[in-house]
Amino acid sequence: MTRLERNEKLIRVALLLVAFSAVSILLVITVFIFGEGTPIMFKYGLKKFLFGLDWYPLEKSYGLLPMIIGSLFVTSGALVIGVPLGLACAIVLTEFSSKSLRRILKPVIELLAGIPSVVYGFMGVVILVPFIRDHLGGPGLSVLAASIILGIMILPTIISISIDSLEAVPRSYREGSIALGATRWQTTRMVMFPAAKTGIIASIILGMGRAIGETMAVIMVAGNAAIIPRSFLDPVRTLTSNIALEMGYAAGEHREALFATGVILFVIIMVLNTIANLTSKRNAP
Amino acid sequence: MEKTVIRAKEFSHFFGSAPALKRISLEIFENEIFGIIGPAGSGKSTFLRALNRLNDLIPGSRTEGMLEIRGRDVNAPGISVVELRRRLGMVFATPVPLPRSIFENVAFGARLAGEKSRGRLTELVADCLKKTALWEEVMDRLDSSALKLSGGQQQRLCLARILALKPEFILLDEPTSGLDPISTMKIEETLRKFRSEYTIILVTNNTKQAARVADRTAFFLDGELVEAERTDKVFSAPSDKRTNDYISGKFG
Amino acid sequence: MRVRIDPRAEQQFFRALLWLLTGVTIFILFFIIFYVLKKGLPVVSLEFLTKNPVEMGKAGGIFSTILGTGALTLLAILIASPLGIGSAIYLTEYTRENWVTRVIRFGSECLAGIPSIIFGLFGFIFFVVKLGLGWSLLSGGLTLAFMILPTIIRTSEEAIRSVPYCYREVSFSLGGTRWQTVTRVVLPSALPGIATGIMLGIGRSIGETAAVIFTAGSSLHIPTSLFSSSRTMSVHFYILAREGISMSKAYGTAAVLIVAILAINIVAYTLMNRFMRKYC
Repeated sequence: MTRLERNEKLIRVALLLVAFSAVSILLVITVFIFGEGTPIMFKYGLKKFLFGLDWYPLEKSYGLLPMIIGSLFVTSGALVIGVPLGLACAIVLTEFSSKSLRRILKPVIELLAGIPSVVYGFMGVVILVPFIRDHLGGPGLSVLAASIILGIMILPTIISISIDSLEAVPRSYREGSIALGATRWQTTRMVMFPAAKTGIIASIILGMGRAIGETMAVIMVAGNAAIIPRSFLDPVRTLTSNIALEMGYAAGEHREALFATGVILFVIIMVLNTIANLTSKRNAP
Repeated sequence: MEKTVIRAKEFSHFFGSAPALKRISLEIFENEIFGIIGPAGSGKSTFLRALNRLNDLIPGSRTEGMLEIRGRDVNAPGISVVELRRRLGMVFATPVPLPRSIFENVAFGARLAGEKSRGRLTELVADCLKKTALWEEVMDRLDSSALKLSGGQQQRLCLARILALKPEFILLDEPTSGLDPISTMKIEETLRKFRSEYTIILVTNNTKQAARVADRTAFFLDGELVEAERTDKVFSAPSDKRTNDYISGKFG
Repeated sequence: MRVRIDPRAEQQFFRALLWLLTGVTIFILFFIIFYVLKKGLPVVSLEFLTKNPVEMGKAGGIFSTILGTGALTLLAILIASPLGIGSAIYLTEYTRENWVTRVIRFGSECLAGIPSIIFGLFGFIFFVVKLGLGWSLLSGGLTLAFMILPTIIRTSEEAIRSVPYCYREVSFSLGGTRWQTVTRVVLPSALPGIATGIMLGIGRSIGETAAVIFTAGSSLHIPTSLFSSSRTMSVHFYILAREGISMSKAYGTAAVLIVAILAINIVAYTLMNRFMRKYC
């Protein structure tokens, strides 16, 4: 055995340890977030925490419901805007336009995914919020503004992954359908789209995850009032904003409550990711 | 007097539970060209790769019986596989030049073995390229990419590459299957010249090549050794009917 | 009795509708970039890039934030790359698919899905408080490294897998050990793909705000050590915009950010396309 061969065992062990870094980090993050956040959830009472309507930390009132609903509304709104636009774009680029157009536009759209969220938020503040305020009423900082901005932010994700899914459908499906006399639209609607369903759903779930986790852009346009919004022109606060807005000056129990907010957020996202993983694996052809 | 340098005794090779070689027993003599013919899937390549233990890379690989090189079992525990592979240089069916310069390709093996001196490497590379009749064609562009060479040149480069490690054995796995007749002829000529310095084992799916080049030839079928004899006897009066059928093209 | 819609008319309608929606989408996406650049590029000058912020950013330039961004990103890459590439090497070269690899991949995918604010929370409680590193480049760099690790693992793995098997075979048959094969044959060939992943990680780090603001702080001073607090361009932009300090400086900062990120992503994409070449 040469010396090099003897060292191989050591190298393998070292690399195994390195490979576990991602898992270890995940574990450490989970342990610390839950460690800091769960005690207060149970001290305060889980039901009061999740369903309480009043978030007044300085008076020791930690009701998260307005923020949970806020996240829900804003994310749903983002999907309402992002999914139709994103899918339309993906369909047009794969089924109704030339390959060269797609080859140019797809990377460009993916490039746009790299724009920092604060820039999107800023555009919202400068253009969208005044527009809503002047033409639709309300303070402008609203569920609507947040939904639109988030919807735009998740467009590159939905478009890019949906294009990949549609491109992955075997050409024979499309050719067979056209050969039977169907129009391109009929082919898209009845053959290509259903065939790419798994990937498209995955893209939507991924977009949903991004929308729920978004912080900075939402803070800038949503108004951040900790009440349940009555209409989409009302201001709203999400779970993420809740954390970011108060973390700078929170102390003691208040800080723990923010970590507890983080725990709730974490759980929601993990559930979403697991669903995404399961749906994509179960329906794999 | 022929000296046996490779001896297989009841040697079997399994991948998982499937046997690729079944109780092979044969001898290979020093400084001969030993040809191995047989249809696809007969175990010829597996046998070749068992010699330099390249099969180890495939999960589930397992051997039984004995395979000795110069009296030492290649599968003995504690054997240095690295040293074994340096002693047995292998040329593959498709020429595989590494994405580097011609010089670096030939020097690659020597660098793996720890050679660092630029002077010694330069000498070594020139020596090996001359031996494979490639020197004249590339001596002024040693730093250019090896990928630019023609198929035949690339294969001779691969041959030069293994010579740099000063092997005792040269293993060739269907080395000319993708090459034109002239390149094929050049390589066969080179092998004949090498006979005095190396022991050569040539796996080929072209029976006529074996007839041209090999001193002795073995016929493999379904993982078994059917017969191994002097080439002229195998092709004119084989002992086994199956050999005759294969050579005459009745199957294959 | 069912009303039959002429399929060609139906197609005309939907085609028009889809193109309209697509046009809207593309318009919006491009508009954002052009608007910011149009309002921001005029503000960007050599002075803007080389002078420090004055009066909380109302005047002066963004020099210290550029340094802060650079230092933080560099730190994140230096920490995440060995871990990420090492993980990828282990997953592809040193083991077969089994429960261990599945666990490792699961961990990486979960990590990728965690929102940046949670990283900010974690970085704060773990690095800033518990480990006592304070608001610093170190806290921020470590947090960012954890964020970009999954990206580097994924792209490195893809790059390594795409190196043709025959190259490895050649190395082994010449007496190379596995580690020699990895370092002398596989990694050099996989380098463009790995570099792409690193560039994507850089792009992500530059634009990151939530994770950075709670770990690296927001000091406007030029960072002098790993323990200095520092402000990145994204954080600076956020503070300028939200506190209404200076709209024009905000646009300027945003313009620099966008140009930097676009440039990096373009480099990443051209690299990726170049490494699509295969052999064997």
